[in-house]
Amino acid sequence: MSDLYDLLVGPFAEFAFMRRALVATLALAMSAAPLGVFLTLRRMSLLGDALSHAVLPGVALAFMLFGLSLPAMALGGVAAGLVVAALAGVISRATALKEDASLAALYLVALALGVTLISRQGSQIDLLHILFGSALGVDEPGLLLVAGVASVSVVALAALYRGLVLETFDPLFLAAAHTGRASRPWVWQQSFLMLVVINLVAGFQTLGTLMAVGLMMIPAVSARLWHESLAAQLLNASAQAAAAGMSGLLLSYHLDTPSGPTIIGCAGALYALSLLLSPGGWLPRILKRPHRVA
Amino acid sequence: MGGCRGSAVVTLENLTVSYRQHPALHHIGGKFVKGALTAVIGPNGSGKSTLLKSIMGLVQPAGGCIRTDTPRSRIAYLPQQSEIDRSFPMQVRDCVLLGNWTTVGAWGGISAAMLARADAAIHTVGLVGFERRTVGSLSSGQFQRVLFARLLMQDANLMLLDEPFNAMDSRTTAALLALIHQWHTQGRTVIAVLHDDAQVLAHFDQTVLLARELVAWGPTAQVLTEANLQRARVLAEAWDDTAEICHADEAAA
Repeated sequence: MSDLYDLLVGPFAEFAFMRRALVATLALAMSAAPLGVFLTLRRMSLLGDALSHAVLPGVALAFMLFGLSLPAMALGGVAAGLVVAALAGVISRATALKEDASLAALYLVALALGVTLISRQGSQIDLLHILFGSALGVDEPGLLLVAGVASVSVVALAALYRGLVLETFDPLFLAAAHTGRASRPWVWQQSFLMLVVINLVAGFQTLGTLMAVGLMMIPAVSARLWHESLAAQLLNASAQAAAAGMSGLLLSYHLDTPSGPTIIGCAGALYALSLLLSPGGWLPRILKRPHRVA
Repeated sequence: MGGCRGSAVVTLENLTVSYRQHPALHHIGGKFVKGALTAVIGPNGSGKSTLLKSIMGLVQPAGGCIRTDTPRSRIAYLPQQSEIDRSFPMQVRDCVLLGNWTTVGAWGGISAAMLARADAAIHTVGLVGFERRTVGSLSSGQFQRVLFARLLMQDANLMLLDEPFNAMDSRTTAALLALIHQWHTQGRTVIAVLHDDAQVLAHFDQTVLLARELVAWGPTAQVLTEANLQRARVLAEAWDDTAEICHADEAAA
């Protein structure tokens, strides 16, 4: 019994940094994973990846000006991500290019800019810190940032829900029915992208810019295998992200591995299990359950 | 052209819509009769869908203008099915309820009366028992019935239907045609893009024959003549990448 306690509860009971890391990842799981479900539904699964690179020049610029200050770096990242997302939206409305194409071009330019800025100023260690983060290094302001972002984005997603569903399911119906400002299709798209950006920035402190996308996308992808209803998929994604966050933190503590990649590894393991066992997965297809008469 | 009896619900004046300078609709003028069933026909690529889209304001005219006497919230538009994401985890009943969007918007509540109307609409299109199924699990005929239920929900005065019977079996087509006739007796205006000449002749009193240019507009029997159809076929084939700039507007001025 005490073994089990040492294994599962002890690390959190004993160390404040473990508790902060746990709260931060659980908060992220609640807000980021449902956004990931919407990204997969909109066939924009790789957009999170693109945006996570797009925040880099903002983070780097803030780092150069203000040093390793979390609020500055977070604000810089959000600003850069929003500029890239908004520019991509403007380009897709003003030209013949689709949004994903214009975004691809912009985020690559942003990435190049970010890497240039970082290599001019910081040492290699700073770059690693920005790219890979450290859940175990979350301090009080960092925790407040993550919790604040999670709260805002859960409430905002609830407010956007119906419009976002309609815009994803049948954009033409929405465009045809638009009677006022609020129902213009791009408003939903842009607000949604803003939520994605602030969640990625909240994630970069705990997981790093590259790993933050993992907690957003992997649970979302495997949740889609389990349910036919959107509400269930959203809950399942959050639950899987939370499970991956908790088990990942414990594993990284006991095995002395980096926390971010371990959390994503756990999410990957859940994904593999889902691929095998879920109703939409491989085993049920092989087992061929008997069909009903109607 | 299009000198129709009755008042007009939509008036087109010298309408031109082009994609990359090539006209999809070229100097179209006419009036859609209020309360009539109007069919829009023509060969592929003759601008039928573009006409509906420009009435909805989804594409901008390059010239001319469109006037509608109906507020947008009272116009319903059924696009071609290919533009809807049917893999989306959406239940039939929720999809029908989306027809309330113009009245309740993004944040308004769905009342018990609306739920009852949605169930009645699902009953009308013959999909009782399918309320909780996802749209992805339906056949395309069943899904088209769902979209008609959503149109019922919208309670519009002007219905624009883009190839509503495409790939439907005869039973579904008959059921949906019956609905259209019901709208007709309720005094609603229906404009439908169609392909089946016999169907147009049997059910629609007005017809617009397009081939990027307007070939004919008026009572169906007068429009659907072999001479008109032949002319439409010839016009539709005349695509020229290096066509000269049209000066019709300047000549008229």
